[in-house]
Amino acid sequence: MRTLRALLLLLVLATPALPASAIGPALIEKLALGEHEDKVAAITELLAADDASALGFLQALHDGAVQVVGGKQVLIVKDDAGVDAASGKSVTPLPQEREDVVVNNRLRRELASAIAALRLASPNRNTRMAAAKALQNGADEELLPLVSRALAKESDADVKNLLTLLRAALQLQSKDAATRLAAAKALGSSSNPNTKALLLGLLEKKGESYAEADAAVRAEARSSLKAVESRLATGDRFGQIFTGASLGSILLLAALGLAITYGLMGVINMAHGELIMVGAYSTYVVQNLFRTYAPGLFDWYLAAAVPAAFAVAALVGMALERSVIRFLYGRPLETLLATWGISLILIQAARTLFGAQNVQVENPVWMSGGIAVMSNVVLPYNRIVIIGFAIAVLLAVWLLLTRTRLGLFVRGVTQNRAMASCVGVPTARVDTWAFGLGSGIAGLAGCALSQIGNVGPDLGQSYIVDSFMVVVLGGVGQLAGTVYAALGLGMANKYLEAWSGAVLAKIAILAFIIVFIQKRPQGLFALKGRMADS
Amino acid sequence: MGPLSSGIGKLYGRRGWAALGACAAILFVLFPLANLALPKGSPFYISDYTVALTGKIMSYAIVAVAMDLIWGYTGILSLGHGLFFALGGYAMGMYLMRMIGREGQYRSELPDFMVFLDWKAYPWYWSFTDQFWYAALLVVLAPGLLAFVFGFFAFRSRIKGVYFSIITQALTFAFMLLFFRNDTGFGGNNGFTDFKRIAGFPIATSETRMALFMLTGATLVISLLFARYIVTSKFGRVLTAIRDAESRVMFCGYNPVHYKLVIWTASAVICGIAGALYVPQVGIINPSEMSPANSIEIAIWVAVGGRGSLVGAILGAGIVNFAKSWFTVAFPEYWLFFLGLLFILVTLFLPQGVVGAFDEVRKRLRERKPGPPERGSVA
Repeated sequence: MRTLRALLLLLVLATPALPASAIGPALIEKLALGEHEDKVAAITELLAADDASALGFLQALHDGAVQVVGGKQVLIVKDDAGVDAASGKSVTPLPQEREDVVVNNRLRRELASAIAALRLASPNRNTRMAAAKALQNGADEELLPLVSRALAKESDADVKNLLTLLRAALQLQSKDAATRLAAAKALGSSSNPNTKALLLGLLEKKGESYAEADAAVRAEARSSLKAVESRLATGDRFGQIFTGASLGSILLLAALGLAITYGLMGVINMAHGELIMVGAYSTYVVQNLFRTYAPGLFDWYLAAAVPAAFAVAALVGMALERSVIRFLYGRPLETLLATWGISLILIQAARTLFGAQNVQVENPVWMSGGIAVMSNVVLPYNRIVIIGFAIAVLLAVWLLLTRTRLGLFVRGVTQNRAMASCVGVPTARVDTWAFGLGSGIAGLAGCALSQIGNVGPDLGQSYIVDSFMVVVLGGVGQLAGTVYAALGLGMANKYLEAWSGAVLAKIAILAFIIVFIQKRPQGLFALKGRMADS
Repeated sequence: MGPLSSGIGKLYGRRGWAALGACAAILFVLFPLANLALPKGSPFYISDYTVALTGKIMSYAIVAVAMDLIWGYTGILSLGHGLFFALGGYAMGMYLMRMIGREGQYRSELPDFMVFLDWKAYPWYWSFTDQFWYAALLVVLAPGLLAFVFGFFAFRSRIKGVYFSIITQALTFAFMLLFFRNDTGFGGNNGFTDFKRIAGFPIATSETRMALFMLTGATLVISLLFARYIVTSKFGRVLTAIRDAESRVMFCGYNPVHYKLVIWTASAVICGIAGALYVPQVGIINPSEMSPANSIEIAIWVAVGGRGSLVGAILGAGIVNFAKSWFTVAFPEYWLFFLGLLFILVTLFLPQGVVGAFDEVRKRLRERKPGPPERGSVA
């Protein structure tokens, strides 16, 4: 019902109001002044006539914009401007004594499906599509002739599909067994979850007899049900893989920076999550700057936000390295405590600067919405973009570590600090740069996270345990391990979630990691040879 | 004097015992007299609030002692001690919930949250919790068993250092999520609260509070002496050796796993007992006690006081928590700044904590004017 209403609202927004004067005064009187039964009868009458010009008045009635003056003049009142429903003339000034026409829930339902049904005749393809979708979520048998008529006229393949299913669903209520049989068969090609419920309803037992009396129809319904169910299951599985990949890509972004600071440099940075938060807030600030100073370019604010998030987080990270972490190399437990302190300060600083409440970061228009692969699977654009973004960041980090001089230095210092120093690598500066890089990537993760969730001071806290788990599972000092661990954990989490609920899934994953570490303390991809000792 | 008492007598020097005696006198004589015997208007009156606060901090101090055993002396930084503390608290909480009887909101035999979930009977793991002896057993067993099993696997596969810290953090995080679920049967978000009586006494009176306070004080003293006994024994010396050079200990023929497992389990049990004392005093236990932040805060108490000094651990717990209760009232928005700075400054500039800094200052003073060397510090 709620989706129905939302869709209708969309319809209202999408189409300009039609002139209200097209329906006869008798019907208007019935709709506005009659008893509830009269109103329902009037709606049926309108539907039978398939009179699209009645839309405006029905819509107004549905929205509660119809008012009655003195028990006879019917007005459509919108923003303090009144229009006489019968004549279509505007009424100024508005009379003081006006009474709202009461629309109860049943009538509202009737109105909603009537409006949708009438919109099936709209010349706009999208309007027809939305109307057909709205009707799928609940329609009465009375609409059957209207739907059939619309189907005969329909030229668009997608809308036609929807309408065929809709007609089949309505025909299932028919008295004629042959019609029902054909309908049950037609429903087999649906992938709408509602169809499943509909077919299940046929097969339900009421006492001794089935809801559907005819055995042949039942058999047809059963095979259709099987087809629908397998299609839905495929959709679900696909959706799971996608959300798993999405979660995996987020974990990857969050853990990639950690893989550099912890994996390569051996620094336990408990403030890593807060660097993610810094990146998210930078995105928020850039968004606000664009909104204030360049609203026309708002859709492209991310192009500025991504480098800004990287730069701010990297600068914060480098400052931390210079001022605190540098003094604690080789003392991992102390580093852990000190960086925890840093994280507390950063959280409180965010609270002081931006307030304790979550702030709103909006998707640019091109990132909102999604691709509807199946009726029960929608792939949101923002998640698709983030998966692509994670891949791009991964590629960039890999290139940086393997193809640049800085990367060479970082790997050199990681493998043998003293020797690297002897051959002239400025180890202290490399440490700072590497830490800045790791922090910057955390900032990128924050920028990505801001596009799919809330941005608040505690944002980082919820990712820190997960990203450490990724690094621990993946093994220290390896990017490949991080990638596999992030994707694996993301997928496993989503699969278990569907099966046992979110909390138990998380607990199961943590338990699995604890057991896994027993077997392979070095993680999935252990370093071999000399480096493994340390 | 028998062999045992002479063993205990050796734990501290004459001055140490004198200081301990003075503290005990304050806890067991001054506090009860000033709180119960004096009239409220008297300038020496100690309010119920102060008693409750001090009692709460003393149970934290017990945790700090346990933490010092495992971190300060054995070199294993646990980020899961908040979990053991909370488990002990939950075990006691179960008993306290049973003692509410039919006085809950719904006048039911079951606790309110179970009525709310429409449960008809207690789940199996709630059986016998209305018996005090069983609850007391659970206080020891729940954290003890968990620590033993977890420690057995972790130490056996030689997980150490930061890895161990992170895994313990994951453990307490997992338990926090578990206890947040309503269906786990421990009251979900809200945990246990609204206690009415303990062992037949109404829980909110000054007398009961004072009894709990003194019990906590006694437990603190006992755990301090117990910990001191351990660290001064041969067993304790092996622990310190493991902290400083684990492989050498191994090559000398000791199996570090056994030592670590024993001290780890003992430390968890002490935490559980502290939690059981904490819950009736603050009147609530909920899953936020298991949040990773709480566990890591325990480490900073010990770091502030001084790792490897039991008195230091107690001091640290006291300093940080009194500061916290003052800050959160006076400047609530600056508390996290202060705590964060404390973490950073202590690790950078006070690696041995307050006690270490104190010893350092004293040593320098002594070097300046040479005199007869003093015997044994308080630690």
